[in-house]
Amino acid sequence: MAEYKLLTKDIGVEGLQTLPVYERRGGYQALRAALRDRTPDEIVEQVKISGLRGRGGAGFPTGTKWSFLPRDVFPRYLCINADESEPGCFKDRYLIDENPHQLIEGIVIAAYALQVKHAFLYIRGEYHDQRLLLERCVEEARAAGYIGERILGSDFGCDVIVHGGAGAYICGEETALIDSLEGFRGQPRLKPPFPAVKGLYGKPTVVNNVETLSNLPHILSRGGEWFKAIGTERSTGTRVWCCSGHIERPGCYEMELGRPIRELFEEHCGGMWRGRSLKAFQPGGGSMQVLLPDHLDLPLDMDAVMRAGSSLGAGAMMFMDETTCLVNVSMRLVDFYHHESCGKCAPCREGTYFESQLMHRLEAGVATLDELDTLKDICANMDGKCFCPLGDTATWFVMSAYRHFRHEFEAHCGAGGCPVAREHRPLPAGAAR
Amino acid sequence: MMLAARTRAEIEHTRRRYPHPRSAIMPSLWAVQHELGWLPPEAMAEVAELLGLAPSEVQAVATFYSMYFKRPPGRHHILVCVNAACALRGADETAAHIEQRLGCPSGTTTADGMFTWESTIECLGGCGGAPMMQVDHHFEEHLTPERIDAILARVAAQPADHRDWPPARVPNPPASTTPPPPTAEGPPSAGAAG
Repeated sequence: MAEYKLLTKDIGVEGLQTLPVYERRGGYQALRAALRDRTPDEIVEQVKISGLRGRGGAGFPTGTKWSFLPRDVFPRYLCINADESEPGCFKDRYLIDENPHQLIEGIVIAAYALQVKHAFLYIRGEYHDQRLLLERCVEEARAAGYIGERILGSDFGCDVIVHGGAGAYICGEETALIDSLEGFRGQPRLKPPFPAVKGLYGKPTVVNNVETLSNLPHILSRGGEWFKAIGTERSTGTRVWCCSGHIERPGCYEMELGRPIRELFEEHCGGMWRGRSLKAFQPGGGSMQVLLPDHLDLPLDMDAVMRAGSSLGAGAMMFMDETTCLVNVSMRLVDFYHHESCGKCAPCREGTYFESQLMHRLEAGVATLDELDTLKDICANMDGKCFCPLGDTATWFVMSAYRHFRHEFEAHCGAGGCPVAREHRPLPAGAAR
Repeated sequence: MMLAARTRAEIEHTRRRYPHPRSAIMPSLWAVQHELGWLPPEAMAEVAELLGLAPSEVQAVATFYSMYFKRPPGRHHILVCVNAACALRGADETAAHIEQRLGCPSGTTTADGMFTWESTIECLGGCGGAPMMQVDHHFEEHLTPERIDAILARVAAQPADHRDWPPARVPNPPASTTPPPPTAEGPPSAGAAG
């Protein structure tokens, strides 16, 4: 199996969540070496060379993002985005649960590179146990001198503050996260100014994802050039893929970028469950467009998947077998965006409401064919017209499903129920093992 | 004053962790909810007073986030994910089973006040273990009717989660956790140490 383990290589080691075990596996050596041998600028340079791109969804090059900070404005802040709430996505929870000190080491390295004295780790409210774990690990790291004043005897000092969210998907959007951290209702802010210029408390701020920062100890210990050789030219390194749906072995699997999706699907996920066949899959998480079995041969490469009309987004893969109703799945995802719309802008607030009403009528088999045009019209008036990407992405899955499975949408119209459910008996409760 | 001394101390502690007291609203509301089980308006007013803010500023935050309870829930709280990934593996049937066992619809509390449960479209990040639910914030995955019954029986025998949370915390933060005012200028470090 071509599972390339980097972030997950030590997972499974007994007690890895404790500092002594993490240290025995070489933990905090990258931080130690960075503070001793490298200037902050040299670290930024190594991250640039590595080609590391953000793992939160947008895939923006991390080193470039860092270099947008104005040179002489202090204080500046680092926010760690652990608000993972994308439907289908659970890798950040996995990385925190299994290897929390790897993340904390990455945070302190980033804080040093960016000359940040306060790093705020924003973790979603639902990850309550993970928050307690991180708080314990931060205290452990502080007691060992990896956090606090004069870290490891250097002139550099930094504190890490764990901040719990309370149930709002929108807070994963970086400006909404900042708004929430400042103690407001978490609503996105207009960009520009970008957080790098005017972010938390009006100061230059970098927001990085959990998985992005978990890569730093590895990049620093072996060099940007080494990291760059993993993966493809423009998608370097590995990613932790969250696999869910109708597969034999749902879970998180780390794989080198550039390998075919089929390898992930067949070798790691074990293919479809119950000997069924694949009908469609969604890469990237709830926001992204649906893909077809033919697309399994695409490489796990951000640009290649984008050319195919979707995105690797936050690294979630949801596989659906032939009994799946795409209208039903679309309805749930639309409901999600309706529930999570922050209400700031009208196209999203009103659009997701009408979209949701219509999808429920469609799934119930009471919508007319004309209403499919209304659905297209609603989506056309949302995509690209909302204040932040939440409203745009609320249309992507449903519109791509409509494009690929138009017959299924049309068969629902006036059918008096879901024709797909009628054909395939619904699963008994708890059918999953 | 309706909050316990320990909760007030926790709020004071939290306030010192941030450059602006407003940032302490969310952790303070968590502290209140873990003491009282929900957020009564008087408690929100007390948080506002402790943080030097207007009550409306605290209420604005409390009403935005779905995990803060504006009404008292039952002794235990259950969230069942019915988003796409869980639905593919039987989340609707899971929710139906819970509804049948508890005898009350989603969003309500059992007659004996033991459980409040709701099915939620918010993905809880347990897709790898779908179908799943959270009980008093803890993940319960790979649910089957038998497992659900066993979990409900186990939880019903436990005390309410919020009463023994958080574990007693030291109210005095280490010196390094007091942030400078946000206006402080100058680089925090001259570079790598020798």
